[in-house]
Amino acid sequence: MSLSASSHNLSLAEISSGQPVARSAIPELPLPQFQGAILDALRDRRRVCALFGATDSENSFKISLYVVLADDQHGRLHIARTGVSADGFPSLTPQCPQVHLFEREIAEQFGVKPLGHPWLKPVRFHRSYRAGADAWNRGPADVVQAGVMDFYQITGGQVHEVAVGPIHAGVIEPGHFRFQCDGETILHLEIALGYQHRGVERAMRGGPDKRSLHYAETLAGDTTIGHGCAYAQMIESLGSCQISPRAAAIRGIALELERLANHVGDLGALSGDAGFLPSASFCGRIRGDFLNMTAALCGNRFGRGLLRIGGVGFDIDASLAADLLKRLDVAERESRAAINLLWETSSVMARFEGIGAVSKETATELGMVGPAARACGVDMDSRRDHPSGIYQFSHIPVSTWRGGDVFARAYVRWLEIQRSIQFLRDQLKALPVGALQAEVSAPQPESLVVTLQEAWRGQVCHVALTDAQGRFERYKIVDPSFHNWPAVAMAVRGKQISDFPLCNKSFSLSYCGHDL
Amino acid sequence: MIKTLITRIQQGHRTMRYPDAGAPAPEMPARFRGRPIFDAARCPDTCRQCADACPTQAIAIADGAIKLDMGRCLFCTDCADSCPEKAITYSRDYRLTVRQASDLVVDAGQELKLAAALDGKLRKLFGRSLQLRQVCAGGCNGCESDVNVLNTIGWDLSRFGISFVASPRHADGLLITGPVTENMKQALKTAYDAVPDPKIVIAVGACALSGGPFINHPEVHNGAASVVPIDLFIPGCPPHPMTILDGLLRLLGKIEAEKP
Repeated sequence: MSLSASSHNLSLAEISSGQPVARSAIPELPLPQFQGAILDALRDRRRVCALFGATDSENSFKISLYVVLADDQHGRLHIARTGVSADGFPSLTPQCPQVHLFEREIAEQFGVKPLGHPWLKPVRFHRSYRAGADAWNRGPADVVQAGVMDFYQITGGQVHEVAVGPIHAGVIEPGHFRFQCDGETILHLEIALGYQHRGVERAMRGGPDKRSLHYAETLAGDTTIGHGCAYAQMIESLGSCQISPRAAAIRGIALELERLANHVGDLGALSGDAGFLPSASFCGRIRGDFLNMTAALCGNRFGRGLLRIGGVGFDIDASLAADLLKRLDVAERESRAAINLLWETSSVMARFEGIGAVSKETATELGMVGPAARACGVDMDSRRDHPSGIYQFSHIPVSTWRGGDVFARAYVRWLEIQRSIQFLRDQLKALPVGALQAEVSAPQPESLVVTLQEAWRGQVCHVALTDAQGRFERYKIVDPSFHNWPAVAMAVRGKQISDFPLCNKSFSLSYCGHDL
Repeated sequence: MIKTLITRIQQGHRTMRYPDAGAPAPEMPARFRGRPIFDAARCPDTCRQCADACPTQAIAIADGAIKLDMGRCLFCTDCADSCPEKAITYSRDYRLTVRQASDLVVDAGQELKLAAALDGKLRKLFGRSLQLRQVCAGGCNGCESDVNVLNTIGWDLSRFGISFVASPRHADGLLITGPVTENMKQALKTAYDAVPDPKIVIAVGACALSGGPFINHPEVHNGAASVVPIDLFIPGCPPHPMTILDGLLRLLGKIEAEKP
C-alpha cells in the first residue's frame, strides 16, 4: 500500500486486487473531497468499481461510504472512505451517471438519502439494514413490494405503455420491464429488478462460515467459477495464502470453460432470436459439451465443488488432460462451423448490424464492463488489467470491436471463444506442478481487500471489510450486470420494441447477480 | 444456403436414443456426485463431523444413525471431506426424484423411493402431452439452464410430449426453481392460480425443495412448498439434466420402475 503520486489522488490509498490493506490506512476524507476524488478519477479515465455503505453495527448512526476506483491502465485500485450523516448526503449522480445505481443501493440498504438524486427508486425492494431508517420514509406498516414504485411515464396521444414480467415467456429469471412507446418506437425503457433478492450480502456479514463459498457459487449460477474465484481469492488474501501454480491453472481452465459455455450458448440464443434456427440448435448443444468438460473436471456442469479455499478440490491428470484436449478439438471445430454461419447469413446480419448500438462515450459514462463494453471499443479486461492467479503468467489478448451493436457484442464473444480455446490448449498441454491445496491462515482482522475477476459477463468485484476478530463486517459484491443493466435501457432507446429481445439477449445479463 | 445445409450434415443427428428400447442412458462423468451413500458401520460413536460440516443442515444424526435430507443437499463435498472414516461417498446414480417430501430423507442403506407415475386420470390427461410453465422464483440460473438444456437437440424433450409454454393459462402445471424469494412469492402464486385445474407442480433443485443455500433467510420462503403443493421433487444443485429428465419421465410413466 502506498499513497498515490498523482496529484489527483494524493488523498487516496493505492492497492491492487487481492492485496490487503489495514482499515486504519484507508484515508477518511471529508465528503466534498471524497466526491471530488471520484470526479477526478473519472476525468482521469478511471472507473468506479464499487461505491458502498457500511456501518459499525446495524443500528449505528455512523454510516461510512467506501469507494473503489480502478485505474485499469496501471492495474491499480484507489480507495477512500467518508462519513455521512443519517440525514443524507448530496448525490453525485447528476455529475456522474455511473454511480446512479450505487447511490440507490446505499439509500436502500442504509436508509440514507442521496439528496438531489434524479432517479431515487429502490433497487431490490427490501427493508433497510438499519431498523427504522428508510430512504422513502416507509414505516413498518407500509408494504415493500417488488416492482411497486413510481415508474417514469410519458403521456401523449400516440404514447402507450408496455409492461413485461416479472415472469417472462421463456425459461429465464424474473424482472420487470416497462416500456414507454410511441407506436413501435421505444421512447424509454425502465427496468425494475429485485425479484431474485435472496439477501446474500446481509448473510455474508459475520462470515466467513460454512455457507460463504456456496453463496459465492450461487450468486449467479452461470458464473459459479467467476464469483467463486473472487471469494476464494478474498479468503486467501486475508489468510496470507499463495495458491500453487497448478491450482491457479486449474481455476483458470474452469473460468475459461465457463466463458466458453456461456458465450457459445449466447451466440446460439442470439441466432434463435434472429430467427436462424440452425446455429441456434448447434450452439445450444455445443454449449452442453463445454459444460460437460467442466463436469469431467469436478463432477458438476457449473463447476460447483471445484474451488476450495487455498486451491482446488480436483486435479487434472495426464489422461484427463488428453481427454479434455480431444473434446476441445471437436468443440472448436463444431462451434467454428456453427458460429461462422451467423456472419455468412444475410438474414442474421440484417438483424445484428446496427441494432441496439451503444456508443463508446455512453459505455464509459455508464461504467460498462465485460464483452458489452469491449464491443463499444472500450479496451478493458481484468485478466490483463488486474491479473490474478494464472493470468499473471499466461496472457489472453483482449478482444475489442467497434460499433457497440448486437453484432459487435456477438462478434466479441466469438473472438473471446477462440482465444479462450487457445489458452485452454496451452494450459492443458503444460500444466504447472504444485499442491492442489495450500494452507490458509485465519482472516486478518481490521482489513480491507478487493478482489477482481474477469468472469464471462465482465468484471466481478468483491470487497471485504473485516472486524477486530477477522469476521466480515461488510461484504460487498458487484456483479458485472450491476454496471451493465442501465446500458440495456440505453441500447433500445429510440429503437423498435420488437428489437428488445435480441438486444437484451446480446447483453445476457444476470438477474440474480444484480439482485444478490 | 448450401453452406447451411453442409454444416447441418456435418453436425449430424445428435439426439440421444435413450430411453428407447435397448438404448442405454448416457454415461455420467466419473466425478459426478449422484445419490449419496453412507457406510454407517464405519461411523464412530458420537461423531457428528459430517452434520457439523454441512452448509444446509441436510444431515441429522440421531442415536448414531445418519439421516440425509436430499432436498437440502447441495451435493457438495463438505460432508465427505470432513468424515474421518471416509464413510460418505457419492454414487454416480443420477436417479433422485421422489413424489413425497418425506421420501427425500434417507437413512444409510435405505432404498430411495423413486417417483411413481401419476395416477389414472392425470396420467391419461398428461401422459402424452404435458405443457409446463417454468417459474424462476429466486433461482441462480443454474437449474434454469439445465432445464433449458432439455430443449436442445441432444435431449429433445418435446419427443416425450413435454414442452414449456409462455402463459400459465396454456399450461398443465408449473416447474418451479429457486427458494421462492419474498419478492417472487406473489408472482408465483398468481401464476399457479392462472393454471387451469387439474394441475401439477414440479420443484427442481435444492432451492425450490428447501431454500438450498438460502435456507432460513428472511428474504426467502424455504422453497416452493411454502406457496403451492408439490407433486414431484427433483434434488440437486443444480440437478443434472439426466436427473430432471428421469424425474419427468417417471412422473409420466414413461420409465417403468426398474431394478436399480
